[in-house]
Amino acid sequence: MADLLDMGGYGFYVWLSYAVFFAVLAIDYVAPRLRRRSVLREVAAQARRQQRRSSGAAP
Amino acid sequence: MNALTLWFHKLGSPPIFDRIAGRIQPWCFALAIVLGAVGLYGGLVMAPADYQQGDAFRIIYIHVPSAWMSLFIYFVMGVNAFIALVWRIKLSETLAMACAPVGAAFTFVCLVTGSLWGKPTWGTWWVWDARLTSELVLLFLYLGVIGLYAAIEDRRKAARAAGFLALIGIVNVPIVHFSVTWWNTLHQGSTVRMFGKSTITGDMLWPLLVMALATKLWFLGSLLARSRVALLELEGGKDWVRAAALKDEGGRDG
Repeated sequence: MADLLDMGGYGFYVWLSYAVFFAVLAIDYVAPRLRRRSVLREVAAQARRQQRRSSGAAP
Repeated sequence: MNALTLWFHKLGSPPIFDRIAGRIQPWCFALAIVLGAVGLYGGLVMAPADYQQGDAFRIIYIHVPSAWMSLFIYFVMGVNAFIALVWRIKLSETLAMACAPVGAAFTFVCLVTGSLWGKPTWGTWWVWDARLTSELVLLFLYLGVIGLYAAIEDRRKAARAAGFLALIGIVNVPIVHFSVTWWNTLHQGSTVRMFGKSTITGDMLWPLLVMALATKLWFLGSLLARSRVALLELEGGKDWVRAAALKDEGGRDG
């Protein structure tokens, strides 16, 4: 295990590379999901506003 | 219309694409993670250390797949931009624009990991040699496409302009690929051959190929996820988007 972490003295370079790789992919995974949530929320709010307006116009 | 074009048109319709993409996308990520775990175990634990570079060579298992993806994604973006410009297919515009952030991400990983590999083996973080410089240009092309798409208000005009830029930039793809043969670079030549025998040993090679497949599946999942969101935005006023939004809201409250 210690050998694996040490990577023959290159541990810093190897593990930092892998950390960058995983960090970037994590952002790539999360970003569209957050965006999707905010878009759907916005569309739903707009739909409700329109419903209210059309029901309010008819007395 | 024959069955194939009919199927193509159906798939090109946003609500149907949304449904199919939504179903495929989680499997892409799941498979990519499983393959990635297998590939990295093979690369980090099972593969022997390199006789010259020791364990530093293990950066190859993310650096090279990322580099391959940076070119592959650019090619996919270019093809979709071409289809979008010629036939004005909305889905192709969306797919092309969804490629750009994923491609930029892999190009960034490729440059950073390359730099981290260069320091212990070459003794420098960066040199302005042909391979490194053309890969940096590739990153700027991706960022240019993303920036141009964001800068124009009309979404479809923006996609067309950015798609045009993407198409022009495609000349850089063969330059990156052949840079190590055309110029005398510090960067080593390729050891993996599509045709003929690779000059890398089998127990080092298989994890690399597994990682290549894993990153391709990851890209497909990310492309589908991003395209779905982009279509929701593009079609914000339409019934199917509203239905999806209201259903999503109900689902969260319940």
